[in-house]
Amino acid sequence: MRLTVDHVTRYSYDQPVRGVVQSHRLTPTAFEGQTVLDWTVEVTDGLAGGAFRDGAGDRIQSWSVQGPVSEIVVRVRGTVETVDLAGMLKGHRETVRPEVYLRETHATWADAALVALSAAAEGAEGPLDAAHRLSEAVAEAIAYEPGATEAHTTAAEALAKGAGVCQDHAHALIAVARAREIPARYVSGYLCADAEGAPHEAAHAWAELFIAGLGWIGFDPANRCCPDARYIRLGSGLDAQDAAPIRGVARGPGSETMDVRVSVAPGGGQSQSQGQQ
Amino acid sequence: MTDYFNEMYQNGAVRPPYARLEDWMKLMPAELRQMKQAEAESLFRRIGITFAVYGEGGDPDRLIPFDMFPRVFTGQEWSRLERGIKQRARALNAFLVDVYGRGEIVKAGRIPARLVYQNEAYEKAVVGFVPPKGVYSHIVGIDLVRTGPDEFFVLEDNCRTPSGVSYMLENREIMMRMFPDLFRENRIQPVDSYSERLRRTLASVAPAKCKGDPCIVILTPGHFNSAYYEHSFLADLMGVELVEGQDLFVEGEYVYMRTTEGPRRVDVIYRRIDDAFIDPLCFRPDSMLGVPGLMDVYRSGGVSICSAPGAGVADDKAVYTFVPEMVRFYLGEEPILNNVPTWQCAKADDLKYVLEHLPELVVKEVHGSGGYGMLVGPKATKDQVETFRKKIEDDPDNYIAQPTLALSTTPTFVAEGIAPRHVDLRPYCLVGEQIDLVPGGLTRVALTEGSLVVNSSQGGGVKDTWVLAE
Repeated sequence: MRLTVDHVTRYSYDQPVRGVVQSHRLTPTAFEGQTVLDWTVEVTDGLAGGAFRDGAGDRIQSWSVQGPVSEIVVRVRGTVETVDLAGMLKGHRETVRPEVYLRETHATWADAALVALSAAAEGAEGPLDAAHRLSEAVAEAIAYEPGATEAHTTAAEALAKGAGVCQDHAHALIAVARAREIPARYVSGYLCADAEGAPHEAAHAWAELFIAGLGWIGFDPANRCCPDARYIRLGSGLDAQDAAPIRGVARGPGSETMDVRVSVAPGGGQSQSQGQQ
Repeated sequence: MTDYFNEMYQNGAVRPPYARLEDWMKLMPAELRQMKQAEAESLFRRIGITFAVYGEGGDPDRLIPFDMFPRVFTGQEWSRLERGIKQRARALNAFLVDVYGRGEIVKAGRIPARLVYQNEAYEKAVVGFVPPKGVYSHIVGIDLVRTGPDEFFVLEDNCRTPSGVSYMLENREIMMRMFPDLFRENRIQPVDSYSERLRRTLASVAPAKCKGDPCIVILTPGHFNSAYYEHSFLADLMGVELVEGQDLFVEGEYVYMRTTEGPRRVDVIYRRIDDAFIDPLCFRPDSMLGVPGLMDVYRSGGVSICSAPGAGVADDKAVYTFVPEMVRFYLGEEPILNNVPTWQCAKADDLKYVLEHLPELVVKEVHGSGGYGMLVGPKATKDQVETFRKKIEDDPDNYIAQPTLALSTTPTFVAEGIAPRHVDLRPYCLVGEQIDLVPGGLTRVALTEGSLVVNSSQGGGVKDTWVLAE
């Protein structure tokens, strides 16, 4: 499937800032499930810094912008050819050991309720079945409800609330998987909405679980499926913060507002777009 | 009563390294001693060296007691120690390169994967990155104790940013000023080349992109830090800038320092800030102490960071147990310096042994430091032992135990005159293109009679440490 991405992030400062430094994880992962046809990242007045592939296989690119500046725009455009590998991350080069992804973080810490939820894996026929059961349990326990949570909501808080967005689903799945000693990580990327128009976000996130013998497999509890040809994978981390496509800091006293618009469309055709303030 | 090794006297005779100190000690009138002690104290105050050793916290303005009686090694004793220390520093660095690379030692089953890859100090962000010259820990502080003429044990390794070296230098400086005769009568190897050797070590690991003389800086968390004095002291001695995070910024592929003549590119950062705080874009996003974007510059070869982020995984108390194994695995040698036998309370058998022998053992928290949260069994009351037993039972993974070591003693000036007190030793091994060690280190002394805890927060002091020329 051919997918075209147009992803614009606009940072506005109420007072000009002296400079901005960002670290991007905005290049599609190189693996058998996706091939980049063309891809560009532009930063207004940005100076490209060091670029490298990290141990998890992510392409990292840093940028700096000399101030004073009141607004910067990060624009990502490109086309990717994808194939459905039923969630398997085949042919991906990485050197980080799966055990590293057993570590807890603040956002993915399993409280008693999450540990109880992880019991869904009991009686499973092997680890792959256990992973499917955990993903299903998370989807059941946390209803998709935009606005119910915010960026700093933890897995435990989202579960207590019983509602959240894809980030919360991914965090919760990571927490219950790690509670069962299954290495799990957060994946950020894009998702193209299907014709049926199931509710989800174009800037998307899901989880990958490490299944011995198979490797890393993606699970998207928010959509009750494994990533297929509609998904574009950008990068991974221990949690949302660690896997963020853009991390940045502005020097200066001004406060920042961010506006994100993402459209992911099949082929070069009609684009389906959404914005968030 | 345990028999402690007295470094000065054995069977009533003076051991050779201390031969020339006996008269000095015996002939010094009490008034002169008191005068000298007061002089030393005022010198230390004037210099402003009042910080807590090893980041132990406590009152930053409290002067750490300085004992004028030096601790002495023969050249021969030192040369064995030196080989052992360098061997250990090499093995620790080989381990770090390995666990961020192919992980051969784990694959070979010589150390459990969990201890390495699930360790809090293991930095995923640097996996696959090899720092210049393959060095992660550029200053290795190895804490040693002595229990006999030839028996030395390593208590712990410090691979991140070991502090206290300014005491080594100042103790010597002050002794030379107060007792110049002693330095004429004894052939004492100098330590004052440390700062130049440190500068050379740091320069040798400049990134490949750096052409010419590298620009080195020391990155400090600021003057509220208990070791700030040491940071500024070392910067002065090396002739490099002392900077805080806000003095540096990232632009394009490099890190720059703000100077009055405009930005200047920085090649090597000797940082005295923990990993978690050095870059909010990679680690803790709320850190104000670090430099945003620093890790991207580092990982793309634009700057060197000493010690390298991630070095801490080698000096964890649980990983410590495996250092002799590292020496064998990477160097194919037998360890020259021994570890203290250690029981891991995380293991059921070890836990059982520890709980049955608590009154004989020293129990420490895995991530503790500074002598806090520690039980010295033989010195503890019954109640203290029982309180600790409960703590261990509640969270066994958090504790390790070791036999109570009979730390050696050296003569020490005390209120009543001169008496033996227990000591340890921290030498500072430099690792760059070459491996280097000044003949000396920091001797800490437990000033309280009978105490085996040398930490300054628990009533410890410091001494000048001599290595005699052979």
